Amino acid sequence: MKTFIPISNGGPMLRADIPHLPFDTFRTQALDIVKNGGKVVHFFAYEDSGILKFLMVLRTHELVVAGCDAPETYLSLTSECDPFHLFEREMAEQYGIRPQGHPWLKMVRYHKNIRNKPDVFNNDYTQDIPGAYDYYRVDGDDIHEVAVGPVHAGVIEPGHFRFNCIGERVLHLEIQLGYQHRGVETLLQQVTPKRLPILTENMAGDTTIGHGLCMAQAVEALASVAVDDGAKIIRTIALELERLANHIGDLGALCMDVAFLPPANYFGRIRGDFLNLSLLLCGNRFGKGLVRPGGVRFDLNDEVRKTLTDRIVELKPQVEHVLDLIFSASTVRARFEGCGRVSRDDAGHLGLVGPAGRASGLAYDVRRWFPTEWYGYLKVPENPKPSGDVYARALVRKDEVLQSLEMIQSLIDRPVTTRVVEGRMPTLPPDSLCVTLNEAWRGEVSHALLTDDTGHILRYKVKDPSFHNWNGLAMALRDTGISDFPLNNKSFNLSYCGFDL
Amino acid sequence: MFESIVLWLAAVLTAPFFSAVILKVKAFFGGKKGPPLLINYYTLIKLFKKGSVYSVSTTAVFKMGPVISCATALAALLFLPMAGQMPVISFNGDVILVLYLLGLGRFFTIAAAMDTASPFEGMGAAREAFFPIICEAAMFMILIFFYRLTGELSFAAYFSGTGTLGLWQIAGPSLLFIVIAFFIILVTETSRVPVDDPATHLELTMIHEVMVLDHSGPDFALIELGSFCKLFFYAAILSGLILPFETGIPGAGLLVFIAGLVIVYLVVGIIESTIARYRMDKVPQFVLTSFALAFFATIITLELIQ
Repeated sequence: MKTFIPISNGGPMLRADIPHLPFDTFRTQALDIVKNGGKVVHFFAYEDSGILKFLMVLRTHELVVAGCDAPETYLSLTSECDPFHLFEREMAEQYGIRPQGHPWLKMVRYHKNIRNKPDVFNNDYTQDIPGAYDYYRVDGDDIHEVAVGPVHAGVIEPGHFRFNCIGERVLHLEIQLGYQHRGVETLLQQVTPKRLPILTENMAGDTTIGHGLCMAQAVEALASVAVDDGAKIIRTIALELERLANHIGDLGALCMDVAFLPPANYFGRIRGDFLNLSLLLCGNRFGKGLVRPGGVRFDLNDEVRKTLTDRIVELKPQVEHVLDLIFSASTVRARFEGCGRVSRDDAGHLGLVGPAGRASGLAYDVRRWFPTEWYGYLKVPENPKPSGDVYARALVRKDEVLQSLEMIQSLIDRPVTTRVVEGRMPTLPPDSLCVTLNEAWRGEVSHALLTDDTGHILRYKVKDPSFHNWNGLAMALRDTGISDFPLNNKSFNLSYCGFDL
Repeated sequence: MFESIVLWLAAVLTAPFFSAVILKVKAFFGGKKGPPLLINYYTLIKLFKKGSVYSVSTTAVFKMGPVISCATALAALLFLPMAGQMPVISFNGDVILVLYLLGLGRFFTIAAAMDTASPFEGMGAAREAFFPIICEAAMFMILIFFYRLTGELSFAAYFSGTGTLGLWQIAGPSLLFIVIAFFIILVTETSRVPVDDPATHLELTMIHEVMVLDHSGPDFALIELGSFCKLFFYAAILSGLILPFETGIPGAGLLVFIAGLVIVYLVVGIIESTIARYRMDKVPQFVLTSFALAFFATIITLELIQ
């Protein structure tokens, strides 16, 4: 009997080799794997010469893949197993196929489906969200609703948050995004290949390296382009620098939210220092233009390596000092501890990834489980924390900051040589598939690239870690004071544009 | 009388300056240069030059909020003895009038906030209405304390001339409690860390700031001026309490008073820089501490007076 077969992270395969199951078998087997602890990496639809198909990538201790023909309506997998929830909604929105019995079938990004089928959600897309949408409501005399956004007080991205509260306590938070839907996935299928690096680097600007790497690895794997060791090391350093800058910025922002100013100020500056290290590496503070299929566009000469080493040596004690300042302050711990708890069980059902998942006890880290680039040679420690609160999410970041510093130090110790690439896109083979995963600073980023019979991109599926984690934030707010929302929000620090695509 | 009026004017005019001291202290702890000490004047001038924007859903109540809250803060300062001098207005029982003058200001701020019908402002109003209730209890406990010691109900009896020094001589240890209790009240009433965070931009966590989000231009300037004066009012009382020295040298009293003020503002700034804000549901416990302290201080004096 045909069943899900293993694939490797960044391993190319022919689409003909993807097991094509009957829908019922597909459904049963997928449910079986996920109910036994598997997680959903990808579950999306694509059109292949007029026929709509499903493709699913699951993760157990390995990655497994299977596909099937997509029925116009089908019995929802979510009705039996929670982790499929958002994936089914996304497909219903993108292709107008209806999962029967889905517990909460609402739009994800608020746009028309691309097949011009009748809308599954009966939305009128001439109107703006949230005006046209009936939010989940809690009834009762003492209940009050608070609407926040889409325009916020700070210079941040747009998103609408609807709280149902009793007094100061939040009973339910509904998050509606989609204000930044740009149609990235459709665009990636239409543009000339040379634009792929620019688009992937910019679809979530704070995860430039993470998304850039996923694309580069997929193209390299499909086109059989070898990447030299030097480039792998530089990419690893770049990904860790991105993690450092963001984690440090987050920890500072967490302190800012509880009005503990010194670390907020120091980390604000130190974040900039780490961004400047990326600048040193490639001339851009966010690492744009560094990663290209085939390698990197800038090598690490001895002079840069020396400066990088010196700067890290200089910054490390400062980082340690400020971390100590944060985690030894009792008033800060009083705010962080027990705030916005997400249990391990809930985290599993929601499929949380990255630091948010690890804070709830899910040890999954792509760098350990499915290593790419140079991670296979590095010791990436596990950082699961049991408590699942803001404190745990801060603690994971603290551990990862220190670990990343060590990783970078070990990587820049010895000379690196690489042949710089100009970033010419290789031609892709026909009828192939490649799935790539990387542990960006927010967690698992994954791209799935399918080519058609002429070697053009048939479907480019992007999944940002925020896709999994936004529901984690909504869950964290249950029974938490509404005044602690900003703190929880910051402890997840999710991407709006990465979700909206 | 003339001196008192000059002092009152000086208080109103310098209140924004002293508030900037807090900003400087916070900047110092953050390793920054911070805004200039005259920043609050620049802000006030800027705001007064601006136009106002009113939501179509608001009424006259919304416009009254800033005017009354500023007026009551200015009026409260009229009753305040500064640098050991007599206040502009003083009579027996003025303490209670001042308490409720400030209460009136708060009432109209809350009413103006409710008038906008914004859920944020409603939330802030609920918080603003809740915490000062506890403060009020503590304030009355402090008044009972002073009344037992002096037998009078006027600020002039407590803080002018050698009044305060006398208090320290009668009931020094328990007066220490009062100083701490009063500091907690100052922090709560003027929306400082650890009760509120005046620097945050996050509406959901705000107490006082969220209520004035819809005010703009001159209205907002009045609110700012009012809160500077309110802070000055509490700081001046604390200054009188902690540095009650009467030197007899002309002008020295004023210097001592200013020194006391600077100490209070510095302490507010240092606290704001070194501790995080309390979680909202822990704030009542913190504010209640002031009541407990004042209560114990009063109990102790029962023994002393006999």
